[in-house]
Amino acid sequence: MYEIVAFYLFSVLTIGLFLVTVMSENVLYAMTSLAAGMVLISGFFFILGADFLGVVQLIVYVGAIMALYSFAMMFFDATRDMKEKNTNSLLVFALGGLSALVLVLMFTGPIYSEHIQALYPMHPDAGNAQDVGMVLFTKYLVPFEVAAVMLLVAMIAGIILAGKKMDESLTEDTSIDDEIMIIPEDEVIIVKDKK
Amino acid sequence: METTTLVENLPHVTSLGVIIKAIIILAIISALAGFGTYIERKVLAFMQRRLGPMHVGPYGLLQIAADGIKLFTKEDIIPQNANKLIFMVAPIITAATAFIALSSVPVFPDFTIPSWMPIIGDTFVPAIASDLNVGILFVLGMMAAGLYGPLLAGMSQANKWGIIGAARTAVQFLSYEVVTGLSILAPIMLVGSLSFVDFNQYQSGGIGDWIVWKQPVAFILFLIAGFAETNRTPFDLLEHEAEIVSGYATEYSGMRWGMFFIGEYANMITISIIAAVVFLGGYNEASAIGWLTIMLKVAFFFFLMLWVRASWPHIRPDQLMWLCWKVLMPIAVVNILITAIAIMV
Repeated sequence: MYEIVAFYLFSVLTIGLFLVTVMSENVLYAMTSLAAGMVLISGFFFILGADFLGVVQLIVYVGAIMALYSFAMMFFDATRDMKEKNTNSLLVFALGGLSALVLVLMFTGPIYSEHIQALYPMHPDAGNAQDVGMVLFTKYLVPFEVAAVMLLVAMIAGIILAGKKMDESLTEDTSIDDEIMIIPEDEVIIVKDKK
Repeated sequence: METTTLVENLPHVTSLGVIIKAIIILAIISALAGFGTYIERKVLAFMQRRLGPMHVGPYGLLQIAADGIKLFTKEDIIPQNANKLIFMVAPIITAATAFIALSSVPVFPDFTIPSWMPIIGDTFVPAIASDLNVGILFVLGMMAAGLYGPLLAGMSQANKWGIIGAARTAVQFLSYEVVTGLSILAPIMLVGSLSFVDFNQYQSGGIGDWIVWKQPVAFILFLIAGFAETNRTPFDLLEHEAEIVSGYATEYSGMRWGMFFIGEYANMITISIIAAVVFLGGYNEASAIGWLTIMLKVAFFFFLMLWVRASWPHIRPDQLMWLCWKVLMPIAVVNILITAIAIMV
C-alpha cells in the first residue's frame, strides 16, 4: 500500500520535473528541476529495496548536475529567460516518437513481467553493496574495466586540453610585475612634473 | 553482518515512534542551532580576550531569544530582479537536507514512552529514525545535496556577490567531495559495512578498539573535508565577509537567512556525529554512560570547529583546490592502498 502510494507520487513528480526541464525557457528552472528529478529517481531504487544503488544515484547525479550548473553560470544570465533559436521539426518529431514508443513499451512491460526472471537474484544474507560488487567483479568485469579506462582517457584529455601553461605556477607568476615595472621614461617624467 | 540478530532483540519500530523521533530531532537540533550561535560568540570572544554578549540576561544567555525574535520579525525582502521561486526555495533546501541527513544518524538514545501517557504510551522511539544499511553514504549524499541551497541562492538573486558565492560553492563541492568519500572508504573497508550500527559494534570493546588508532590519516582527512563540507572557517569561501560581502546570503534577510544558518549548524552537528561514530567509538549501548560519552565527543568536535575558526585565517579558492586535489586526494588514495594490502595479508 505504502509502496504504491510512494511509487505514484515519485512517478508524477519525476515526470513533471523532467517536463519542466524540457519545456522551461529559464536556465535556472531547467537545471533545478533536472537535479530534483534525478534525486527523486533514487526514490524508486529505495522502493525496490536497492538502497545502495539509490544512494549511488543520489551522490553521482548531485555532483554531476552541480558541474552542469557551473557551465550554465558561465554561459547564461540565470535570472532571464532564454529564446531558443533552432526548432528542427524533424528532430522533434523523431525524438517525440521515440519517447512515445519507449513509454508504450514501458507500460506494456508488466504484461510480460511473469516471463522476466532475474539472472542474478539478490542474496538475502549478503548486503546490497556486496551483491552489486559480486556481479560487477564477475559477470560485468570487462565492461567495468573498459568504462574505467574510458574515463581515465577522458580525464587525461581534459587536463591536456585545458592546461596550456602547466609548467608555470599561477600563484608565483611574476610576469605581471615585470609589465608593471616597465614604464616609458617620458611618462615617468610627466608624473614628476605634476608633483 | 550481525545486525539482523540485534534488530530482533529490540522492540518493534512503529511509524508513530519514527514520527516522534523526527519531531524530537527537529525540535532539539533547531534549538541547539540557536544555542550554538551563543556558544560560538562566547568561545570566539574568550579566545580573542573579549567578553562576548553580556547585556541580555545573565552572561548574555537571553541573547539567543533576542536574536530569534529579530530573525522572526525582520521583513522578508525579495529583490526585484531575482528569480523569485528559486530564491524562496533555496534556504528550504539547505535546512531540509540538513535534517534529512540527521534522520539516519544515531542522535539520541532509544527509549520506550511510559504506558501512563495517553495515545503515545508504550511507543518505542528508536535511536536512528531510519536505520539504513547504507547510512554513511546516505548522510554524505544528503549533505552534498544540501549545497544546492547556496548554489541556487547565489544564482537566483541577481547580485554579483551572490554569483561569486555560487561559483565558489561549485568549486568547493567539486574539491572536497572526493576527499570525503576516499577518506571514509578506509574505515568502511575495515568494518565491511556501511551501517552506523555495525561501526558501533566494531568498536564496542573500549578505547583500544577505536578506529582512529588504526586509521589516523583517514581521521584527519575526514575532519579537513568535514570543515569544507560544513563551510567552516578555513574553508568558508561561500560567504567570505572580507572578500564577497556575504556571498550567497547577500540578499537574504529574516527567517530565510535563518534557515541557511540552522542548516549550517545542523550540518556541523551531523559531521560531528559521523566523526564520533565512525572514528571515536560511537555510542556504547552496553554501559549507561555510552550516550553521555558520544555527546561529549560531539561537543568536542563542535568546540574544535570554533577553535579552528578563532585560530586560522581564510584561504583562497585556488588554495582549497590545490589542497584537496594535489595533497589530500593522493594521501587518501595511498591510505586506501595500504589499508587494502593490510587487510589482504
